[in-house]
Amino acid sequence: MQRRVFLLAAAVTAASAAKLVQAGTNETPISAKKFEFHPAEVHLKLGQPAILVLTSEDRIHGFKVPDLGLRAEIVPGQETRLALTPDKAGRIVFLCDVFCGDGHEEMEGILIVEA
Amino acid sequence: MLPQDRREFLKLSGMAGVAFASALFPGQPTSAQAADFHFIQFSDTHWGYKGPANPDAEHTLEKAVATVNALPNQPDFIVFTGDLTHTTDDAAERRARMRRFREIVSALRVKDVRFMPGEHDAALDKGEAYKEFFGAPYYTFDHKGVHFIALDNVSDPAAKLGDEQLTWLAADLKQRNAEDRIVVLTHRPLFDLMPSWDWTTADGAKAIELLMPYRNVVVFYGHIHQEHHQNTGHIAHHAAKSLIFALPAPGSQPKRAPLQYDAASPGQGLGVRDVAMAPTAKLTEIGVAGA
Repeated sequence: MQRRVFLLAAAVTAASAAKLVQAGTNETPISAKKFEFHPAEVHLKLGQPAILVLTSEDRIHGFKVPDLGLRAEIVPGQETRLALTPDKAGRIVFLCDVFCGDGHEEMEGILIVEA
Repeated sequence: MLPQDRREFLKLSGMAGVAFASALFPGQPTSAQAADFHFIQFSDTHWGYKGPANPDAEHTLEKAVATVNALPNQPDFIVFTGDLTHTTDDAAERRARMRRFREIVSALRVKDVRFMPGEHDAALDKGEAYKEFFGAPYYTFDHKGVHFIALDNVSDPAAKLGDEQLTWLAADLKQRNAEDRIVVLTHRPLFDLMPSWDWTTADGAKAIELLMPYRNVVVFYGHIHQEHHQNTGHIAHHAAKSLIFALPAPGSQPKRAPLQYDAASPGQGLGVRDVAMAPTAKLTEIGVAGA
């Protein structure tokens, strides 16, 4: 049985958080496995609420976005939902921060926030 | 946080290295209470690594041991600040690497050797194999009036010290006076050096907060495979070179991939460090002979 975990990003305002529960919020699935995220490049729209739906194919991984102060653990068999509203255009690195083996250091991706 | 003044670097004659002249203990820069001594820091030996970043990986550690054994002024003791071995998913191979590592470093002339884990040693099994070979992953010891604290920020794969260790640290520090000389040894940086490259400790700020009341604290760490000096307040943090391959300066390139191996200068970026604990305290970076 899957457990759904909601993590509201610190960057999400009360107003945008309210919008998240509305139907139609963009959901982007990201799967993790040693030693990659798929997709490793995720496009988001500036100011548009989004939910990253994180799953793991093999073991516990981390999902950390240092520039946004976001972090979650991705547990196999669970779906971790990470909500955010990008407030700045640009490229934002995300990475696995749970050591997962020889290749862990290369396990990263990028959020591309488009105006 | 400000990088320490690079002008303090002094060229040394007669040693394959550069000295970082620094008041290690800002509260007592010229009034050392303890006898002079020095120790050597090895870091990130990654025994078992095979790859293009160091085609000579099978021999680099032995060369480093020989380099230190050849020093005319042998250190009081030696510390290894983690990533003794390169990670493997195979638990038997992990133990084989630790066994071989221990055999190689047993050739050190100095027999007082202190080990610490890195994430490559301990994160996949929460330190189980490491403890079998090298004992407790965090501990203290005292040497000639200086209190050493070895912290473990790697056995938790999420790079945390954890509440239990932080409570232990707080209890140990309560026994110190504000002027005591304290050296902290860690694998990962306790501060946010480069979080997007995972060069941080998740709860390292809590350890730094505990250390801040003490005026004479210095931290030595590894993990980032290069010499680096930075302060958090009055506390200096000094990263050591590795003995397997060099990594780029923080943020200097898009990815933290190893620097390319240079066959013409195979030991470039590798080395050990001598730390002299005296009123004229200084760090001396020592290249590996023959590497």
